[in-house]
Amino acid sequence: MAAHRCSRPVWLFILCSLSVFVIAGSHDTTVTHEQRAGVVDDPQTAAETAGQTAEQTAAEERQWEATEVREATPDDAAAEKQDTPAPETVVLQSFPQPKDDFQEELVVRPLHSGDIYASFQFRTQWETDFMRGNKVSHYRLFPKSLGQVISKFSVRELHISFTQGYWRTMQWGQPFLPSPPGAELWVWFQDSVTDVDATWKELTNVLSGIFCASLNFIDSTNTVQPSASFKPLGTGNVTDHRFLRYATLPREIVCTENLTPWKKLLPCGSKTGLAVLLKSEKLFHSSFHSQAVHIRPVCQDWQCKTTSWELRQTLNVVFDLHNSGQGKREWSLFKMFSRTLTEACPLASSSKIYIDITDNPEGEQFELSPATSLLSQAVVLGDRRTFSVYDLTQPATFGSVRSLNLLIRWKSNEGHMLRPLLHAERYVAGYGLQTGEIHTLMYNYHPYRSFPVLLLDTVPWYLRLYIHTLTVTSKGKDNQPSYIHYQPSKDRVRPHLLEMLVQLPPNSVTEVTVQFERALLKWTEYTPDPNHGFYVGSSVISALVPSIVAMDTNNTRERPLFSSFFPCKEESSYFVRVYTEPLLVNLPTPDFSMPYNVICLTCTVVAVGYGSLYNLLTRSFQIEEPSPGLAKRIANVIRKMRGVPPL
Amino acid sequence: MGLLSDPNRRRALINLLTRLNAPICVVCYIAGVTWFMGLAFEPFTLRTYMSENAMGSTMVEERFPSGERAVATGREFAAHKKKVGGMPVEWLVKTMQARGMEVYTQRFSRTLPFPDEDKERYLVKGTNVYGILRAPRAPRTEALVLSAPCTPGDNNNQAVGLLLGLAQYFRNQVYWAKDIIFLVNEHDLIGMQAWLEGYHHTNTTGMDWSPLQGRGGSIQAALTLELSSDVVTSLDLVLEGLNGQLPNLDLANLFYAFCQKIGVLCTIQGKLQRNDWDSVSGYSHAVQTMMLMVMKQASGRPWGDHGLFLRYHIEAATIKGINSFRQYKTDTTTIGRLLEGMYRKLNNLLERLHQSYFFYLMPSLSHFVSIGYYMPAFGLLAVILLLRALDLWVQLAAPPPRTEDGVADVEQSSPGPLSVLTPLVISHLTGVALYMLPIQFQEMAVAQFPVSETEAVVLTAIAVYTSGLALPHNTNRLLSGEGTEQGWRVLKLVALLYLAVLLGCTALINFSLGFILALTLVPAAAFVTPHVPKFLSAFILVVLSPAFTLLFSVFFFQELQEMPVSFLDGWLLYLSVISQGILDHFLYGSLVYPLIALLVYPCWLLFWNILFWK
Repeated sequence: MAAHRCSRPVWLFILCSLSVFVIAGSHDTTVTHEQRAGVVDDPQTAAETAGQTAEQTAAEERQWEATEVREATPDDAAAEKQDTPAPETVVLQSFPQPKDDFQEELVVRPLHSGDIYASFQFRTQWETDFMRGNKVSHYRLFPKSLGQVISKFSVRELHISFTQGYWRTMQWGQPFLPSPPGAELWVWFQDSVTDVDATWKELTNVLSGIFCASLNFIDSTNTVQPSASFKPLGTGNVTDHRFLRYATLPREIVCTENLTPWKKLLPCGSKTGLAVLLKSEKLFHSSFHSQAVHIRPVCQDWQCKTTSWELRQTLNVVFDLHNSGQGKREWSLFKMFSRTLTEACPLASSSKIYIDITDNPEGEQFELSPATSLLSQAVVLGDRRTFSVYDLTQPATFGSVRSLNLLIRWKSNEGHMLRPLLHAERYVAGYGLQTGEIHTLMYNYHPYRSFPVLLLDTVPWYLRLYIHTLTVTSKGKDNQPSYIHYQPSKDRVRPHLLEMLVQLPPNSVTEVTVQFERALLKWTEYTPDPNHGFYVGSSVISALVPSIVAMDTNNTRERPLFSSFFPCKEESSYFVRVYTEPLLVNLPTPDFSMPYNVICLTCTVVAVGYGSLYNLLTRSFQIEEPSPGLAKRIANVIRKMRGVPPL
Repeated sequence: MGLLSDPNRRRALINLLTRLNAPICVVCYIAGVTWFMGLAFEPFTLRTYMSENAMGSTMVEERFPSGERAVATGREFAAHKKKVGGMPVEWLVKTMQARGMEVYTQRFSRTLPFPDEDKERYLVKGTNVYGILRAPRAPRTEALVLSAPCTPGDNNNQAVGLLLGLAQYFRNQVYWAKDIIFLVNEHDLIGMQAWLEGYHHTNTTGMDWSPLQGRGGSIQAALTLELSSDVVTSLDLVLEGLNGQLPNLDLANLFYAFCQKIGVLCTIQGKLQRNDWDSVSGYSHAVQTMMLMVMKQASGRPWGDHGLFLRYHIEAATIKGINSFRQYKTDTTTIGRLLEGMYRKLNNLLERLHQSYFFYLMPSLSHFVSIGYYMPAFGLLAVILLLRALDLWVQLAAPPPRTEDGVADVEQSSPGPLSVLTPLVISHLTGVALYMLPIQFQEMAVAQFPVSETEAVVLTAIAVYTSGLALPHNTNRLLSGEGTEQGWRVLKLVALLYLAVLLGCTALINFSLGFILALTLVPAAAFVTPHVPKFLSAFILVVLSPAFTLLFSVFFFQELQEMPVSFLDGWLLYLSVISQGILDHFLYGSLVYPLIALLVYPCWLLFWNILFWK
């Protein structure tokens, strides 16, 4: 198993990429070297499936043993997860490489909870240069709106995701592409940008228009510059986080109005290809919906002589079988998307559907029809998965009915999922409206290995963190973080930023707690629905998790002896990002329904009560004698002269 | 105010107030009580109305079909409960999982400060089981709770059955925007307390519980279900929570609206609503309903599992199924539909329930008395204390009466701070003893006397209470010698203001408790001087003391519930009420016991002290 390693400072994660075993069912011995542009350090996009039992993987191993070829060439070190069957590669090689290229694929994975996970990825690559005053005006596959954004705002990398729902790691395993509930945006700017904040502000407003989302609510109070958690995923080695901006809007609701502009960025729109499946009435009838756009520069070849821009549009959706299927566990493209496939996008160089059949090696779990002879295996997210591949560019795929409607019919409900190794949750503790405590729990389920995680917490200023109360405990003992980056908030200006590198002991729960005080906002700062509460965005946990394949090494019974002597090292770790749930926190809220009463009462009390009472308390009152008459005064003068007391 | 800044008129006013002080006080007292009794008269009260816009009248359609299956599930649950001899945790976990929920358990244990003889428990160990129905496309920020206690014996099995039936039905619906937590808690309130403390990770009562694994964000509202029969004749709504807290009135309105819509008989305090408000019996019915609410609220204890939610700012109520001998029966499907409707409405909430009243009394389910209407009743009682204080103040400020030989009594003009401070400190120390000793001395008492722990605690409390009557004025005499005429006036002035502040604060938090205490303490405080006939006054003062207030309340409550008791039974009930009050404080943090022991009782002792001045 070959892997690529790059070393970085201690808190930077050593990102590993994956090796791909390419097996074409009919050409057992043909192994294709990837000719396609590779990407170094690509943890996010390399994210494939996790959560497979050790036994099953071991069984897989045996089954595929004969066909495996250990690839030692550096090519596959920078491999993509797409597998290119031999014929296509030959075709591509014989023509001059086009400047731009479009690929589409759909991965379908039956989950152990009985749900169905469908992940669309559309990739447009374009060998061009938006920077250095280069005026790019001729667009073919790459969407012009985004191209202009890249060149105008000198964007190096842009990642934006809109998510409705929360990814249930414990039931569904790790997602291919994690994203937090609501909207998330992070951008690396070119180092030529002078005023990053102004550019960022303008960029969010432009993106807000492009995606019909409330990204214009991103301002300095919810923007942070993480120092370690978000590294560039494309080429370039910039680590100066002055050029990074990260913001989330946990309250953002994602709906059709966000899907339509997203679909418009596709070269074929939603007319042909896989995109015909993206019908909003079905996509939003699901348990989880997430759509994202990632733009980054990638290497064009393995030596990285030339770079090109990659636009990756992804859409992940989890369908709830419990809701849609009336008791019968059956899944088909038509049932989920209310469409079937009839052709690939004509502009796409590759268009494929992958069905994860790892749990179903002998067909005892479910039945897949139409059957395909094309199989593919990949080690992703530390786990070895097997996929059935449907190549939409081949007319044979559609059969005689000229339409492809994949059907999975379950035979048994058996099967359990291996717990994901890393899992996190968060909640607010305490009661009352004065103080509270944020608890972040990080679970390491690995039986014997500890690994470090990087925790990023962004807390709005109106929760005033008492950072001296920060505690990190694992297994009842104090756990000293090896790296802490804390930026205190400024009222109404910027949020708290807390980044920590914490070592998670094996098979443990690590609890991070910090107390906070709830601020009393100014009356104009409350949202229109103040009693709903205020959101605190998800914590981000980035980690290098020991691979599940590596975990198998102590299970020697089904492995050849030569492969299982040395324990696996970092090569067998994989990069995971886990988002916790956002928090909803109630702040002390005045009763807005009676400002009139309050104003009246206050004015009355001040005007009448206070004035008079103050008067009564501070003045001394005396009875004044009425002034005596003239005769009496004269009489008194005479009496005074006589020495007699006056009248 | 001009009246006061003119010295002549001020003097006239003060003269009037001091001269007519006693009649004015009597009038105020009668007016206060009358006002309070008038609150139950229907024309004086407001009809309830839904304030929360998101829960507008009839936008949801109830379709819950499987009441029969819920009853069957309840029977199955009962069988498993009987087999296990407690909470069938495994069965519940499996059943909830089969219904497509995330299921978690929580273990807890609690050693009571002394054995609870009513419920026969001392070392409590149990397990809560809860399943979370995750709302699709919701980020786990908000949740609703439906809970059913797993009680020993044959009770409440139908509630658990219905809970599981609703869980199954809710799971297949797509419209949920908030997670719904289905909780089956063991050992009723103790289990609920453990779960709530675990959920919010607080520990206010020193209970041991295992941390919760799954959560659903901030809980917006909760309902507790108590059903003990397959069919019911009516549903009763219980609102009174810990320390007299009440849920937002909109929750009661929601229940009432759905009862009306579905056609279920609904009651509050077990009393049906009557339409003949203009007849004497109709009025007395309303008074009974309201007085029951006042008594329950004043007790400060949670009257259902919902009562503990209120501390966490979660609106909650208990719905009790009642099966009486009426003809018209309601089946489980209908109750399920009612709950479905309520949850769909709560699911629609955009904000926490906050639009309607938090302070109210209900003479019937369709009428309520808001804080603005009932507070004057208390104010009229409290003003008596201020009038008496004013009277004393004027007397103290007036020049001392000259004796016949023209020499003013020197010692009278300077009572000194010691003569006030000593009784204050001593009576508060007695209060501290009343608060601490019953729990501290239970082992010693059990060893010395042939009583059980619970009896020991209650009897110690009564003993401390009684001995307090002897203690203060004796000690006072020992320390500062003979009391003076000025001395008791100053002390009474202080005591009156103290009582006024104390009752005022209590009434703001728990109106019923404040009002009931004011009813008895205010007359006692008003009439006491050292110059009234000793034995008669002492008798009256004892009868008006907090302990006797509680005794009367016990008998009165039984009377209101139409379950009158004999004196002996009443006495036993009284003893158990005292032990329950102390337990409520230690188990759930109810504040009535410390309030009475540490503040009200010492305050009453001051007046007792004044009676025996010199």
